[in-house]
Amino acid sequence: MSEFTAPHSEEDFERNFSPIKPLMNRTEAYFESSRCLFCYDAPCVKACPTGIDIPLFIRQIHNGNEAGAAHTIYDSNYFGYTCGKVCPVEVLCEGACVYNLQEVKPLEIGRLQSYATSSAIRNEKLYFKAGEKKNKKIAVVGAGPAGISCACELRKEGFEVDVFEAKKIPSGLAVHGIAPYKITNQEVLNEVRYLEKQFGFRIYFESGLTSPDDFVKLGQNYDAVFIGFGLGGTSRLSIEGEDKKNCYGAVEFIEQLRQNHFRMQVPENVIVLGGGNTAMDAASECARMGATVVLAYRRAKEEMGAYEFEYDLAKAAGVKGLFQVAPVRITGNEKAEGVEFVRTRTYNGNLETMPGTEFTLPCEWVIKATGQMKQTGLLSGIKGIEADKKGCIVVHDTSCQTGNPKFFAAGDAVSGGEEVVNAVAAGKKAAAGIITYLNQASGK
Amino acid sequence: MADLKINLAGIKSPNPFWLASAPPTNSGYQVMKAFDAGWGGAVWKTLGVPVVNVSSRYGSVNYRDSRMSGFSNIELITDRPLKDNLREIEEVKKRFPENAVIASLMVETREEWHRIVKDVENAGADGVELNFGCPHGMCERGMGSAVGQEPKVLKTIVGWVKEAATVPVIVKLTPNISDITRPALAACEGGGDAISLINTIQSLVGVDINTFVPYPVVDGKSTNGGYCGPAVKPIAMNMLKNCAKHPGVNIPISGIGGIENWRDAVEFILLGATSVQVCTSVMHYGFGIIREMKAGLASYMDEKGFRTVDDFRGKALPNVMHWEDLNLQYKIVANINEEKCIGCQLCYTACEDGAHQAIGLSADMADRKPFIIEENCVGCNLCSLVCPVEECITMQRRDDGSKHITWKERTLAGDIPKTFDDPLAGGLHHFVPRPSDALEKKKPLHYAG
Ligand SMILES: Cc1cc2nc3c(=O)[nH]c(=O)nc-3n(C[C@H](O)[C@H](O)[C@H](O)COP(=O)(O)OP(=O)(O)OC[C@H]3O[C@@H](n4cnc5c(N)ncnc54)[C@H](O)[C@@H]3O)c2cc1C
Ligand SMILES: Cc1cc2nc3c(=O)[nH]c(=O)nc-3n(C[C@H](O)[C@H](O)[C@H](O)COP(=O)(O)O)c2cc1C
Ligand code: SF4
Ligand code: SF4
Ligand code: SF4
Repeated sequence: MSEFTAPHSEEDFERNFSPIKPLMNRTEAYFESSRCLFCYDAPCVKACPTGIDIPLFIRQIHNGNEAGAAHTIYDSNYFGYTCGKVCPVEVLCEGACVYNLQEVKPLEIGRLQSYATSSAIRNEKLYFKAGEKKNKKIAVVGAGPAGISCACELRKEGFEVDVFEAKKIPSGLAVHGIAPYKITNQEVLNEVRYLEKQFGFRIYFESGLTSPDDFVKLGQNYDAVFIGFGLGGTSRLSIEGEDKKNCYGAVEFIEQLRQNHFRMQVPENVIVLGGGNTAMDAASECARMGATVVLAYRRAKEEMGAYEFEYDLAKAAGVKGLFQVAPVRITGNEKAEGVEFVRTRTYNGNLETMPGTEFTLPCEWVIKATGQMKQTGLLSGIKGIEADKKGCIVVHDTSCQTGNPKFFAAGDAVSGGEEVVNAVAAGKKAAAGIITYLNQASGK
Repeated sequence: MADLKINLAGIKSPNPFWLASAPPTNSGYQVMKAFDAGWGGAVWKTLGVPVVNVSSRYGSVNYRDSRMSGFSNIELITDRPLKDNLREIEEVKKRFPENAVIASLMVETREEWHRIVKDVENAGADGVELNFGCPHGMCERGMGSAVGQEPKVLKTIVGWVKEAATVPVIVKLTPNISDITRPALAACEGGGDAISLINTIQSLVGVDINTFVPYPVVDGKSTNGGYCGPAVKPIAMNMLKNCAKHPGVNIPISGIGGIENWRDAVEFILLGATSVQVCTSVMHYGFGIIREMKAGLASYMDEKGFRTVDDFRGKALPNVMHWEDLNLQYKIVANINEEKCIGCQLCYTACEDGAHQAIGLSADMADRKPFIIEENCVGCNLCSLVCPVEECITMQRRDDGSKHITWKERTLAGDIPKTFDDPLAGGLHHFVPRPSDALEKKKPLHYAG
């Protein structure tokens, strides 16, 4: 039995997907901020990929300077609000808080962060403006966290920035991928709008670059190009029956869900294949849509790539874990009707299947959470750009420059898939690389 | 954009935040680090004939889970040789010419005062601060608060210093005195250029109930110490207000005592301080707190449209009156916002046991939300202070604002109670339950039926 009943209205949907980190009110923020010890050389700051001065902004909240707190946050991270809501804080700032060593609940840094920034967004506190106009134009490909962060930083210096985005709305996976109980579409879009107001970059929507040629042209028309196009659709599983109806990729399913909410019909029985965070999200989300969900993973529970708290979240939503099983084929005629599995074991460090243990689990939907494809093929026309074994773009560590000096890249397209906060940090780093490159070029 | 620069009696500083003379200003190393972090000025740890200190030296008052809400020390002035301090002052001033370095001094004889003033001036100090405040150890030797408590002596010594000094002289006062304006006036009369206050308050922070030794413990014994930190701020602010409002005290003031964040600083400035000095909170959290203080002050000023600190210095002073000049016709009553109330009933018990029995409880035990009995409410604020929910109990005005009568006016008109059973007694017709109601097992009368 599922913990949730299928939603039939937006209200039902909101109930099933109610925020796991609701906004704090002033009293809660006051109490919580009073606990911060103001550690010297604070470990929480070191654990934040964007290096937000956490003890400072918490102290500012405590002393009633919320606007100052938001400024401190945005100085380091343009997605301060979004990150506060969606960061896996358990393995970042909050996981590093010294209170953990006393076995006391760590500071709720993420929620305090969203608290401070939400009031700045609501009250339109504007901290930044575009710098003095410089006669250099940069194209940014992809309006995801990496692209927007890079664009903000470039605008701050006065460069012209055109952002090209394939979809109708900005913020990439932050709006299409992240689970709705972490953040709503509106919240993400509000933050981007707030940034746009301050920095004034241009986003061209539904303007995806679809061929290698498009990228070559971009290179000709701009002084530098930033590639922040993230990853592509779900990778193939390469098993029989994968192309049957009702067998979906996790990212495709989640994107549909984020757009269609209660109007999306999820059947009663769903099998999710995979053991990463995306698998946990897809499983959780199906369960919240009222489905009975089995999460099947090839290896042991402990070996899952997902964070423990993400699995806990899925379990709490009613998801059943099934481990040491490898999918052999998707059964059914036109439509998927089940998954045939074979049991596995780990022997001498190697995963092996155990012939003769095959069994079939019936279902109406199969969701493959088997990673995302790379889009590096689109760059084949650009001389010098290289991809690593996994298909990620290779860039210089500190400047984010690719093998072609005019092209820079950051975010999931380079990392192969991390978190929003990493993309934000990397986008900013790339902007610094681009600025150095352009200044050198004009210095000549 | 707010301009944080200040000028206190000729001592210029990039912002009003100074370190008070204390352990954080013990060495050039610390002061440089502080200036680098953003502090505007530093009053060097008091110089004089170096002392020998004891260990331990500090004790503290922890209120609930807040550590060091009050802090006490039995440390004396510097224990480092003068020449080392002078060399370091010189080095700091070379590196940070824009920041204010003030040398705190405490010596005995006129000759010593003359010599040490010259020495610190030669080292580049922008001003001197005379430590007439230390309430332990030094006063037993006739210095520190022993001077601060004797206005005549204080005036004489300020005079000696002025004979030699070419830089501004700040006189630091002790709060261990009943009327702070007396030494403040003596400082003016002696020719002081500014005063600073407060130094620490004589205290005893606690006793180890197992060993019977007060804190801090020095080999099984203790002594009284000097109290500071957030707990002393209200005392400091009142003394600041008394000095700032006194027409005879016409020199600038540096405010000290319990300052920890930008709000505290704003309050001190509103009460007349030109610069503020900080010790305990830096000893607690380090120099880094300056970031919060500066940012907070600047955004407050921007929000209020104040360009410089002078624009709002002393702005609260005209609103501090004598009691007899307050409007007796002003009438407020408490109001509970039922939507916000969480039913803790703290307001009920506070008013019932500690005030005027003006809050009732429903006869229905399931309904925990109290209500105000308006005719009993004297508008004392107590319930709104104990209520844990922000803006749940608010005080609402009931008079129409057309009448204004003060105690002074009523006295002049002969309209005040004069005898023990005078019918003009303010509380005469006020509801008071019968004493025996207290012992009724059922709810007293003023519960709702
Ligand atoms: C299911 C799922 C759940 C996640 N949950 C979390 C979470 O809880 N917390 C967290 O911090 N992170 C989470 N992440 C990761 C996070 O969303 C990404 O790391 C982050 O969004 C990466 O940012 P990016 O800018 O590099 O790429 P993206 O967010 O992918 O943005 C890329 C943008 O480029 C556009 N684009 C792509 N190709 C082109 C093209 N050819 N031309 C023009 N535009 C193009 C895309 O439409 C998109 O807008 C999750 C990811 C997934 C898949
Ligand atoms: C450990 C300690 C040592 C101090 N030493 C001196 C001193 O040498 N000279 C002096 O004028 N005041 C001294 N003070 C007093 C402080 O300068 C300051 O006036 C007082 O602590 C109040 O400020 P605060 O509440 O910010 O601590 C000392 C205070 C402490 C806690
Ligand atoms: S580690 Fe925890 S207590 Fe220390 S500064 Fe960071 S949030 Fe505050
Ligand atoms: S604070 Fe430093 S000097 Fe003082 S007791 Fe602790 S370690 Fe020793
Ligand atoms: S103190 Fe405040 S919250 Fe508690 S019962 Fe009274 S009004 Fe309600």
